[in-house]
Amino acid sequence: MRGGVARAVNGVSYTLNPGETLAVLGESGSGKSVTAEAIVGILDSPPGFIPKGEVRFRGDNLLALPEARRRQIRGQHVAMIFQDALSALNPVHTVGSQIGEMFRVHRGMSKADARKRAIELMDLVRIPAARARVDDYPHQFSGGMRQRIMIAMSIALDPDVLIADEPTTALDVTVQAQIMDLLAELQRERNMGLILITHDLGVVADVADKIAVMYAGRIVEEAPVHEIYANPAHPYTEGLLASIPRVDMKGQELYAIKGLPPNLMHIPSGCPFHPRCPYRRDDVCTTKVPPLYDVGPARGSACHFWEEVLDGSNR
Amino acid sequence: MTDYRATQERDRGQAPGAVSPAPGTGGTDASAVTPGVTTYPAAIAGGEVGGRPSSLASDAWADLRRKPLFWLSASFILLMAVVAIRPQLFTGQDPYECDLLNSVKRPSSGHWFGYDIQGCDYYTRVIYGARPSISIGILVTIMSVIIALVLGALAGYYGGWVDTLVSRSADIFLGIPFLLGAIVFLNAFERRGVWVVALALTVLGWMTLARLMRSSVIQARDMDYVSAARALGASDTRILVRHILPNAVTPLIVYATVTIGIIISAEATLSFLNVGLQLPSISWGLQIQDAQFRFESDPHLLLFPSLFLSLTVLSFMVLGDVVRDAFDPKLR
Repeated sequence: MRGGVARAVNGVSYTLNPGETLAVLGESGSGKSVTAEAIVGILDSPPGFIPKGEVRFRGDNLLALPEARRRQIRGQHVAMIFQDALSALNPVHTVGSQIGEMFRVHRGMSKADARKRAIELMDLVRIPAARARVDDYPHQFSGGMRQRIMIAMSIALDPDVLIADEPTTALDVTVQAQIMDLLAELQRERNMGLILITHDLGVVADVADKIAVMYAGRIVEEAPVHEIYANPAHPYTEGLLASIPRVDMKGQELYAIKGLPPNLMHIPSGCPFHPRCPYRRDDVCTTKVPPLYDVGPARGSACHFWEEVLDGSNR
Repeated sequence: MTDYRATQERDRGQAPGAVSPAPGTGGTDASAVTPGVTTYPAAIAGGEVGGRPSSLASDAWADLRRKPLFWLSASFILLMAVVAIRPQLFTGQDPYECDLLNSVKRPSSGHWFGYDIQGCDYYTRVIYGARPSISIGILVTIMSVIIALVLGALAGYYGGWVDTLVSRSADIFLGIPFLLGAIVFLNAFERRGVWVVALALTVLGWMTLARLMRSSVIQARDMDYVSAARALGASDTRILVRHILPNAVTPLIVYATVTIGIIISAEATLSFLNVGLQLPSISWGLQIQDAQFRFESDPHLLLFPSLFLSLTVLSFMVLGDVVRDAFDPKLR
């Protein structure tokens, strides 16, 4: 079992302002969920641990706070929703009691009051017949409804930051759009910061303000959403965008980035993307880890040859 | 009830049942969603059409209700429980009122089970023998379940050195040969009553339940709803008590039912070997021991206590089995 330490996340840094939506994009194993778990403080340890780093929330470094204080922050100020709402809801408790638990744990409310608030929240996330369904169990709801319940739980205490870890991946496409709309609406109303973790470029385009693209535990590109779609500054982002199926390309072969994501135990030397990169120059890319170059207002790219990529000459 | 669910799914632009498993889908569908968790696929699989909230327990109950074996074993256990609690209801005689003139008399119309060596009414003795046997079975199981709940939950939830300590201790106790350990332990006591025997059997028998609990907690600990509860600010105690235990306790309860049967027969074995309960206590094991040298001449002395012992043990085993089946979604 013991194979050494995998650096799942390495030198990642991002900032989120109130009311802003940040999409963290990356394929499986790129470290996006681990980053989120580290922020919330639910990283399974062991085996996971954080050798160094900071999570600053309103000036406090969360990692340095005592556990009891962190627990108060979780749920009240920073909340999280998960990919699969069915497994994220406890099968043996009714949805009402699970939503109400938020008020009972953090606000010390009575059972009856908590239940009332649970019904209000179910109404708010638009679950039909909330009053009749408050005593139902999670498995009695459809996938989209379960995710709504998960959302109701997470926004119960009006958090400042909501982290959504692939909230729509387990849902079918029509329901995905509804859930995204709901999240966007709740965020606007409450001026929440939203971190949206996803591997789906289509989901983020309408909702996100800015995007951070992760690869092999690092941020390789950071940019406002429209700029990244219009003109990516990192070959990996470029590859991702080129991989989206498009109607006008019907009949042609789908583009795919060559090669496989790296094994986190053996991250390639230099730029971790170099084995798959069409811009690679062997002398530089295999030896030097690229820093996040400043490539424009609020834009960064971790590519030695970002100018070339921005130029689009190689596309 | 059914209607609004169907409409609501249509309203959301989904084919009814597209995401949520259709009511009454078989166990394969349900267990494909999350293998390994005993509780909720069961609940899905049994989701009733137009039904009230169906929970794991109510589904299991619906399942059990149709099983003759359940009714048979449960009613025999109930009967034996009443016998153990109030033996006076079943016999007017005093079990200690004996007359040597009646020694080993055969069964007759007034005395169905005959008389034992001391000339006591054997029916009365067998009836009174139920109490120590069953109370040891239940005492040991309750104590073992408490140990298993605490140690298993701590070991499974915290892992690390707590787990190592608990698991290795369990290994050490499992390494002790059961009979040898019981003989050594019980010989240390001058007087052996129900509590002493129960203690010995608990000390030598808690491990299986604790291990079961540990693995069950480990399984539940890694579920998303535990991460979710933690992400939303629940404390360790709350997560353990409210989120993990209710999901992890089912296999423990089921196996505990079987354990009662195992312990009852273990008690009989110990009494038979002269290291369990002592005279003048009355127990099935002691009666069988008394009968061992004369069962060719007086078979009724062996027959009746053995019959009651076997039926009681069998009932607990069967009950444990059918309950396990009812709670196991994969067998639906």
